[in-house]
Amino acid sequence: MNQKLRIDRVHLINQLRQMLRIRRFEEKCTQLYAEEKIRGFLHLYIGEEAIAVGVMSVLSPEDQIVATYREHGHALARGLSMGSILAEMFGRTNGCSRGRGGSMHLFDKQMSFYGGNAIVAGGLPLAAGLAMANKKQDRDAVTVCFFGEGAVAEGEFHEAMNLAVLWKLPVLFVCENNGYAMGTALSLSESETNLARKASGYGMASSQVDGMNVVDVESATSSALELIKTTSQPYFMECKTYRFRGHSSFDGQLYREKEEIRQWEEKGPVIRLQNWLKENNHFNEDELDELETEIKAEIEAAIEFAEGGAWEDTGDLCKDVYSPTREGEPG
Amino acid sequence: MNAQTLTYREALRAGIEQALEDDERVFLMGEDVGRYGGCYAVSKGLFDYYGEQRIIDTPLCESGFVGVGIGAAMGGLRPIIEVMTVNFSLLAMDQIVNSAATLRHMSGGQFNIPVVIRMACGAGRQLAAQHSHSWENFYAHIPGLKVLSPGTHTDARHMLGQALRDPDPVIIFEHVMLLNESGEVSEAPEADMESALVRRLGDDVTLITYGGSLHKALDAADKLAEINISAEVVDLRCLRPLDTDTFLSSVAKTHRAIIIDEGWKTCGLAGEISAIIMEQGFWSLDAPVKRVCTAEVPIPYPSHLEQAALPQAEQIVEMAQAIMEGR
Repeated sequence: MNQKLRIDRVHLINQLRQMLRIRRFEEKCTQLYAEEKIRGFLHLYIGEEAIAVGVMSVLSPEDQIVATYREHGHALARGLSMGSILAEMFGRTNGCSRGRGGSMHLFDKQMSFYGGNAIVAGGLPLAAGLAMANKKQDRDAVTVCFFGEGAVAEGEFHEAMNLAVLWKLPVLFVCENNGYAMGTALSLSESETNLARKASGYGMASSQVDGMNVVDVESATSSALELIKTTSQPYFMECKTYRFRGHSSFDGQLYREKEEIRQWEEKGPVIRLQNWLKENNHFNEDELDELETEIKAEIEAAIEFAEGGAWEDTGDLCKDVYSPTREGEPG
Repeated sequence: MNAQTLTYREALRAGIEQALEDDERVFLMGEDVGRYGGCYAVSKGLFDYYGEQRIIDTPLCESGFVGVGIGAAMGGLRPIIEVMTVNFSLLAMDQIVNSAATLRHMSGGQFNIPVVIRMACGAGRQLAAQHSHSWENFYAHIPGLKVLSPGTHTDARHMLGQALRDPDPVIIFEHVMLLNESGEVSEAPEADMESALVRRLGDDVTLITYGGSLHKALDAADKLAEINISAEVVDLRCLRPLDTDTFLSSVAKTHRAIIIDEGWKTCGLAGEISAIIMEQGFWSLDAPVKRVCTAEVPIPYPSHLEQAALPQAEQIVEMAQAIMEGR
């Protein structure tokens, strides 16, 4: 067991709070989507919250995050304000990407949050590059790259894995294996379904983690970071999880049985931690109500913030395609 | 210091050396750029001097190492990424188009990508249909990118430095037929990297071109002078953003334009420039705008067919004569 593992009551309640914030926020998002306040795609993280919360709780502010289009949870757990995330999903200028990215492209430089990349596996080489910059500039930061198991089939996954080991880049690759790449089950897309084993083909240390257990994820992340820092090598962590909702807002879920979803929901990360805390008398209903009330207020404030945001003037349509000025002397 | 004479390859190398000297954040990365000395020997000798931390050999994974370069640029470095040829760059197009070109905008201006990507382009070495193409137009199509085409030795020497000072992603195309040619290199850049330049003054017709076709246009202008047709030659230099003022002013003076472009005619740069002239310079025209482009065929291997496919000075002369005679 890792020495840094924190299983004290206060910390665990905080982890529950973080997971519940994501859960309730996204539940509200489905409603806001139905009301057409959020448009485009909406990829929900519901069911997978333990991964983002577990990983983020171990990171330092200088560590960098590269995420995917299913990144609301990562952004919230990293510390982006709920208001700036929702405003982004509303397309307003007070959004974390000034409204230019939407749900799939949340960015925040202050939080070292390098985005929501919506090209499957597209973020992996970028993460390796950020890690290269850290290494060359003697920065202690680790780059943490989240991606789904669908990315493992892409060439960029293999290219990035190879380069990361070859060049000893401090990257933590976090594979969120929710079993389906959109609607295609892992067994239908991979010849080797033990994904952690793929890492060994590149000489990269790896582990499989129960992605429905926030304590396990935190512990595994803590060990992985230690290994990355002591060995100057990347690490691959496969978190087994399940998304309770469809791939995106347009998913009839014809590819899986309702019973399968129900079974996974029973071992969901929120309910699991909640029950454990109650069974061990760390937590009572009143405290849970308090937590829910607090989160509800945060969501309401976020909606108010987002709705109050200005629309970008169409006169500024082409802003931020290029930088306004050049570095140093021109020409 | 006066101008010196270098080959185009030496001029490119001098540009890289200067960049490495000027800024310790700069490094060169690509396939065989180090120990091998570069596919086209542009970086020959640099590995021995600068070492493996700054001259980085990569595996054959264009998407991977271009993506790493983009990430490294976001992380505060100034990478020069060499992709052997534009043909192979299609394997990295996802990273160039979906990441480098979009990240600044998608992040609401928070992250800029100061990466420079160099790649060889062009036909003439009998390398057939997977090593010979001119796809500057693919990249010039993309908002968020800047695209340079050094057609002179001075530009080969200085454009890299200019590109590295730019905070946004810049792609530089280096035509393979220029590499062995010698020419004068001036001590300083001739102009801002985004400006087109008039390379020869003339009155009767404007030849608009860039990169490997520049010397063909200049040759054609010499031949035209012998038959009393005075051709002005505009070197675009930067294909995105386009310096439209320079070629529109020239056309306003000569009233005729021929665009010479080694890309294919269909959906190419020549069509774009022609459209700009129609939109903004139509009333100054005395003749239809013409294009001399590569034939619509994958570049063939035999020399006579390859040459037949490419724009040639004779074609330019013939076309200029035709429009002067109202044909």
